[in-house]
Amino acid sequence: MATRDALASTATPSASEQLSRREFLSASATLGGGLLLSFSVPMAALARSGEAAPDSTAMLNAFIRVAPDGTVTIMAKNPEIGQGIKTMLPMILAEELDADWRQVRIEQAGLDQAAYGAQFAGGSFATPFNWDPLRRAGAAARQMLVTAAAQRWGVPAAECSTAAGFVTHMRTGRKLGYGALAAVAATIPAPDLKTVTLKDPKDFRIIGRSVRGIDSPKVVTGRPLFGIDVTVPGMRYAVFEKCPVFGGKVVSANLDAIRALPGVRQAFLVSGGGAPEGLVDGVAIVADRWWQASQALEHLEVKWDEGATAKQSSETFAETARGLAGQPPSKSVRFDGDVQAALAGAAQVVKASYAYPFLAHATLEPQNCTAAVREGKVEIWAPTQTPQNGRELVARTLGVPESDIAIHMTRCGGGFGRRLNNDYMAEAAWIAREAGTPVKLLWTRQQDLQHDFYRPAGFHNFTAGLDKSGRLVAFRDHFVSFGANDSFAYQAAIQPTEFPARFVADFELSATLMPLGVPTGALRAPTSNALAFVFQSFLDELAHAAGKDPLEFMLELLGERRVLPTPPGRFGSFPGFNTGRMRDVLTLVAEKSSWAGRRTAKGRGLGIASYYSHFGYFAEVVDASVASDGEVKVHKVWVAGDVGSAIINPTGAENQVQGAALDGLGQALGQAITIDGGRTVQTNFHEFRLLRIDQAPPVEVHFLKSEAAPTGLGEPALPPVIPALCNAIFAATGKRIRSLPIDPGQLRSA
Amino acid sequence: MGTSFTIKVNGTAHSVEVDGATPLLWVLRDELDLKGSKYGCGVGVCGACTVHIDGKPVRSCITPVASVGGAAITTIEGIGATALGRRVQAAWLDVDVVQCGYCQAGQVMSATALLAQKPHPTDQDIDSAMSGNLCRCCTYIRIRAAIKQAAGLPTADTREG
Repeated sequence: MATRDALASTATPSASEQLSRREFLSASATLGGGLLLSFSVPMAALARSGEAAPDSTAMLNAFIRVAPDGTVTIMAKNPEIGQGIKTMLPMILAEELDADWRQVRIEQAGLDQAAYGAQFAGGSFATPFNWDPLRRAGAAARQMLVTAAAQRWGVPAAECSTAAGFVTHMRTGRKLGYGALAAVAATIPAPDLKTVTLKDPKDFRIIGRSVRGIDSPKVVTGRPLFGIDVTVPGMRYAVFEKCPVFGGKVVSANLDAIRALPGVRQAFLVSGGGAPEGLVDGVAIVADRWWQASQALEHLEVKWDEGATAKQSSETFAETARGLAGQPPSKSVRFDGDVQAALAGAAQVVKASYAYPFLAHATLEPQNCTAAVREGKVEIWAPTQTPQNGRELVARTLGVPESDIAIHMTRCGGGFGRRLNNDYMAEAAWIAREAGTPVKLLWTRQQDLQHDFYRPAGFHNFTAGLDKSGRLVAFRDHFVSFGANDSFAYQAAIQPTEFPARFVADFELSATLMPLGVPTGALRAPTSNALAFVFQSFLDELAHAAGKDPLEFMLELLGERRVLPTPPGRFGSFPGFNTGRMRDVLTLVAEKSSWAGRRTAKGRGLGIASYYSHFGYFAEVVDASVASDGEVKVHKVWVAGDVGSAIINPTGAENQVQGAALDGLGQALGQAITIDGGRTVQTNFHEFRLLRIDQAPPVEVHFLKSEAAPTGLGEPALPPVIPALCNAIFAATGKRIRSLPIDPGQLRSA
Repeated sequence: MGTSFTIKVNGTAHSVEVDGATPLLWVLRDELDLKGSKYGCGVGVCGACTVHIDGKPVRSCITPVASVGGAAITTIEGIGATALGRRVQAAWLDVDVVQCGYCQAGQVMSATALLAQKPHPTDQDIDSAMSGNLCRCCTYIRIRAAIKQAAGLPTADTREG
């Protein structure tokens, strides 16, 4: 092992590539409707957590305990939603601690932001926000162990090195295990996190090595892990029926008839506050068993006051949007140069309108929560992406101080952004208090699909101009979206930096907003999952109109390697957009997919697209064919991604990227939530179609390492696959997909 | 309202008192505290609740307990008692299939039933045996590889490109 202490850390990323704490805090405000974070990890890392350590173990900091036998227990701070964070974040701590991974045990931390810093799953933020702080927390604990050993031996700490759970005095070769040193180390004052020495990444022995999912042995043997698996003594089971029309109020229900049904203990009306993020009106049924409660739902007759949005429908939205497209926009998002003049001078003008539907999250584990209210104290067990938001919501809903609410984070059977909202937590807490007994609330699949915070639909109307040499010289998008009072509905907005903004001198982005009664929210790669489709598809149209190879057209548009700063906005500043990193992933994916030598067989083609989101650069190529009946088959996907200098857990990283690419294909091939009569039409998976194994092609993943600090992977691989597929369909058939999901009827050749 | 049923789960007989229409899934989960089989759709279209009845994969969410009789029920908690089940579980871990993991009990049960019928399945066999099991995280590529690994087949994806 190298004498690492003698080496200055030279490999930390440059300050400009790091996210500052201020950015961290402000960025988190973009999540889940006002997530407020009081602590960053560096401040919190030296606190002792509220979770008691077993007597025999020494707590070096909130994250790390060491037992006398050398077993290292690392707390996993964030919710696990399938992104692999429970395995991956402890790897970072163990690396800098220089632990022996075989001696590491991982425990899920409870909600304790004073000790652990921000605890949430969203925005692919866990890697960029925790990378540096957790390295420092691990290095600080290592330094305490080294100091303990140096004191024991009476030697300078600088003469000591560490490896795999041992401190070695280099000159004499004496060795002591972490287990033997931990009790003393725990009494040593924690070093300043800013000054601790970090490893040179070339010495990493855990980061960059594939570590399989830490809970997978329990998953494949059916051990209880998920929210739905929680059992507490004296628990009953609850269902909660809300008005099918969003925002509707309950007037009355056949409660007496419901109470007479088998197993039903209680049935009562709930009067909520109205906002869909919290408790809304509904009918609660509490029974001895969930099956009985769910059967009682079949007999439930409710009189609802459906309210003002009961006439909204996807059809009228589309019709209204078509009308608005022809009128002047009501809102300007970006206005550069003189688009009108540039279009007038263009050799060729291309126009196209695009649309995408509402989407549900459809986590396979339906929303659920177990709650107990005893003597004013509330205990919650829930799958949630934002446990602190949940605590605040329960506090507001029940009028109980936050300090009287304990939140236990269970493994989540999928997140995808759905569990950024904790509406089900407020419901369970309310019902448990009313019922006077602990309850497990579980939504039916139909309730889950029909009471989501949907990815908003949207309508884009593009006009672009090409000059004689096929260069893009004018670009306009009139985005018809949703909102009120000149403000976009949540997750229905577009940023003034949306590509190709800043790459075309004469550029105009404007919007018109329609009123919406449907709750909206963040779906994996929020806004990007829709905007990549429309912008990258239209740019492909422009490449073809220009008579250019779509890859060449994109590289020409990106231009020379440079960083375009992201202007500071409401949420602070972020790293800029690096055209060089995008060029590199495009070039790599083209090489891996043999883009230049691609076939042009009838009915089969390759499409390419790229997208920057969540600080990650992704370019993807799809090979697809279209049968004479219009059915689309995807043969293969190639992905090239750049998420910085390290792929922390390669097996998890590949799994995330493959899953994201297939998730995107599933959206494009089959998914839509339709609104009719102010309510969601789809009831179950036969109507909201997730991708199945026979539709899942191989996905070849390549990572390009760059100098930037590592960033997240849960989301950024998703957006480009959708336009890459649609562009492949165009290459195969000459037919342009301008509306999702893909309609085989449009592609029929007979 | 309850009727007494004796069902054989993972080799052990259990008596439960429930309405005969109660789906086997809820008897397993809430009467016998076997939480491995999952509720996903309630209508037999997602596969998260898959168990074996006399070795055949069934959707326990639409199987009334009264219809089971004395048949042998095997759940994810018991599948490791067979050599094949253990092999499938080991392959799942080695290939590192799991993301959120919610569907994986059902996936393992369907895969084990497939391999019991067809020890060396083709890609088409895998497609038809597994297409009733949804994975919202889309771990399908690794599910395919794990099945092949458990079968002792090369795991490379050799489907026609």
